Amino acid sequence: MRAALSADVRACERAAEGLEAELRLTVPSDVTVVAEAVELVARHLEAAFVDRRTIRFNLRVALSEALANAILYGNAGDEAKRVGVRVLFGRHAVQVEVSDEGGGFDYRLVPDPTLPFARMQPRGRGLFLIRQLVDEVRFNDTGNSICMILRRD
Amino acid sequence: MSLSVRKDPSGVVVVAVDGQLIVGNRQELKQKILDALEAGDRKFLIDFSRTGYIDSSGLGVLVSLSKKIRDQGGDLRLAGLNEDLKTLFELTKLDTLFAISDSPEEALTAF
Repeated sequence: MRAALSADVRACERAAEGLEAELRLTVPSDVTVVAEAVELVARHLEAAFVDRRTIRFNLRVALSEALANAILYGNAGDEAKRVGVRVLFGRHAVQVEVSDEGGGFDYRLVPDPTLPFARMQPRGRGLFLIRQLVDEVRFNDTGNSICMILRRD
Repeated sequence: MSLSVRKDPSGVVVVAVDGQLIVGNRQELKQKILDALEAGDRKFLIDFSRTGYIDSSGLGVLVSLSKKIRDQGGDLRLAGLNEDLKTLFELTKLDTLFAISDSPEEALTAF
């Protein structure tokens, strides 16, 4: 893991109880690998997590969005840069952190894509979907590391 | 993801999406439909019966195609959305933008 992805800039702290297993990936800045990375993570989690639909749907879409944002906007497709994925999981909680090597963005300035004038736009739904699909979202101060938390009883 | 394209006897171009429609492969769908539009086709049905999930890039391509097809006087319909996909369209309010049928058969009768 590179310095830019080191612990001091991470969005996630250990946010839930029972996160006994860990999975780490380093993903190149290439959108064609997103599907494979998502499947790899989902396969691990489906066997361990209490609710399959949460993994099959919520996790897969949210992780796909976070990876796409990190590759396309964070790292701006720069092949020299990588995206770090760190997953902590247990039977009732999953915590996924996606960190890029870009300069970050202001996550508070993302407009609502469901407003009538925004619905016709081809872009701008990624972060909105993440917020809708996971239980908690956090960013680091720079805005280049996102933490997504899912909890189910 | 793989795409299969066929032309229904009624003249509707039916594109079935097998797998996921996401950031890494959305251009493939876009190009297939734009090529058909360029060749003169105007009625399009995208069949999601065998689609696992769609991300915002995939949704964005559908929005963009919908506009291009409408600008050419054409018609785009979607069909076969599973519960997950329906949820995505509802969350983003794109269910208000697209003509969505339960099955491809039903969609074909609606053109």
